[in-house]
Amino acid sequence: MTRTPAATAPGDVRPATPLDPDAAISVRGLVKRYGGSAAVAGLDLDIRRGEIVALLGPTGAGKTTTVEILEGYRHRDGGDVRVLGVDPATGGRQWKADLGIVLQSGAGASQLTCLELLRAQAAYFPDPRDPAEVLELVGLTEKAGARGRTLSGGQRRRLDVALGIVGRPRLLFLDEPTTGFDPEARRQFWALIRSLRDLGTTMLLTTHYLDEAEELADRVGVIARGRLVEVAVPAELGGRGQAPAVVHWTEDGVRRTAETATPTAFVRELAGRFPGEVPDLAVARPTLEDVYLQMIGDPRQ
Amino acid sequence: MVTATSERALPSVASVCRTRAGVELKEFFRQRESVVFTLMFPVILLLVFGAVLNYDLGSGVSFTQYFMAGVIAAGILGASLQNMAIGIATERSDGTLKGLAGTPMPKSAYFVGKVAQVFVVTVAIVVILLVIGVAFYGIDPPSGTDWLTFAWVAALGSAACTLLGIAVSSLARNGRSASATVTPVALVLQFISGVFFQFSQVPTWLQTVASVFPLKWMAQGLRSVFLPDALAASEPAGTWELGRVALVLGIWCVVGLALCVRTFRWQDRGDG
Repeated sequence: MTRTPAATAPGDVRPATPLDPDAAISVRGLVKRYGGSAAVAGLDLDIRRGEIVALLGPTGAGKTTTVEILEGYRHRDGGDVRVLGVDPATGGRQWKADLGIVLQSGAGASQLTCLELLRAQAAYFPDPRDPAEVLELVGLTEKAGARGRTLSGGQRRRLDVALGIVGRPRLLFLDEPTTGFDPEARRQFWALIRSLRDLGTTMLLTTHYLDEAEELADRVGVIARGRLVEVAVPAELGGRGQAPAVVHWTEDGVRRTAETATPTAFVRELAGRFPGEVPDLAVARPTLEDVYLQMIGDPRQ
Repeated sequence: MVTATSERALPSVASVCRTRAGVELKEFFRQRESVVFTLMFPVILLLVFGAVLNYDLGSGVSFTQYFMAGVIAAGILGASLQNMAIGIATERSDGTLKGLAGTPMPKSAYFVGKVAQVFVVTVAIVVILLVIGVAFYGIDPPSGTDWLTFAWVAALGSAACTLLGIAVSSLARNGRSASATVTPVALVLQFISGVFFQFSQVPTWLQTVASVFPLKWMAQGLRSVFLPDALAASEPAGTWELGRVALVLGIWCVVGLALCVRTFRWQDRGDG
């Protein structure tokens, strides 16, 4: 069997492919069972250095279980895993120094101020960021002196993210980081993630928000029933790039719809039939939500 | 094999321990509940009992002198066992422990921080109780070798109860359930271990129950510090039994440590 280089076919990892030693994360045949049922049932994944990958999937599909195995929190029942070249089951302090982890549950309520919490966290790492700069980065500068327990939900989540990045991680795990954010806070968070990407941080993000995945991720993976159904750039996921476009317009007072593989030619032809603007013209591709719902849709598939 | 982790030098274990000690002290002294229940409760007990039950036990010894030993033992129990059980259960259920376990913090530093917290709080309780006892209730401060006895009984009892508290924290679902379980148990132990009453007045079968646990032995060891040796005759064995105090507290240290090693979890049950 020939080895498929991950760089040329990132979404097409076969179980027999060896682990990619240069990838930030490389997973083959990952299995995790709870009781009799498999929460993760043979999952393969490669994430290149510097890449942002978002994992989508319904609740209970195995997202958090997978991420927590990669973070070293849970033991796996089968398969091979390398995170920054190290098996998470044996990863020590030096390995953890290169990780940043933002857990779904977040950190607890503390009597320490935001700045004190960040200073303490920074003291565990070999080459931390300046805690004041990190507060600035997440927009909590004016809360520097506020105790952790007095923050609002969204502020506390930003503090969680600050605690995750203060150690200057090379790989950042973000498990549903924007849950509870208002739209403006989410936009600010997205800008923060982009600036971290520019600094070369690899990120694995799980989210329920499809627009967030589309906005941030270089590639999106869909997990359903404990397997990675597909991983691709957002515009190509589920064959979106090749799917026929749907053209809507109004003609003779009737709403018309047509599916076409060549929307440009179709619209050009359509424009010739009208003296001015084509009434109510719209051209649509399947949204990420359309293909996502299709991919996770039928549990018997 | 590609070594992908960078070779940045980790901070020393000692420096992380200092950071954790600072965190633990701030967490304790800034939380009103812990300061009131752990630090002020023994002080209030001493003030109230000292005022109400200042009767004579014979040989010119007042109950307040007897109570001094008991309330210090109860204070140590609160600062170590109750404080650890409730505090760690809270940190486990709210995700603090899980967050720490995902950092390069050496795990030992967490426990060093807790020990520093117990040590400072215990010393604070002992100093406050002694000052009040000496100033208002005519307690003689320990002298000569009594200080030595005081130090080893307090240190050994505190160590045993800290380890037990860390072990007990794993049994509770969260901080509130830990408090609901540990607080009544501690109160019952205080009643049957010679803190609020003379141990000789406790029914024999309850004395036997109390003798299993560390509090009775801490209180007895501390009575040898605060009471004249003549009163040793009213102890069950007729002496202070300091050798047995050391033995029982030592055994609890070993048992507590074994339980900690076997049961300590950095995450909630069913969460990995």
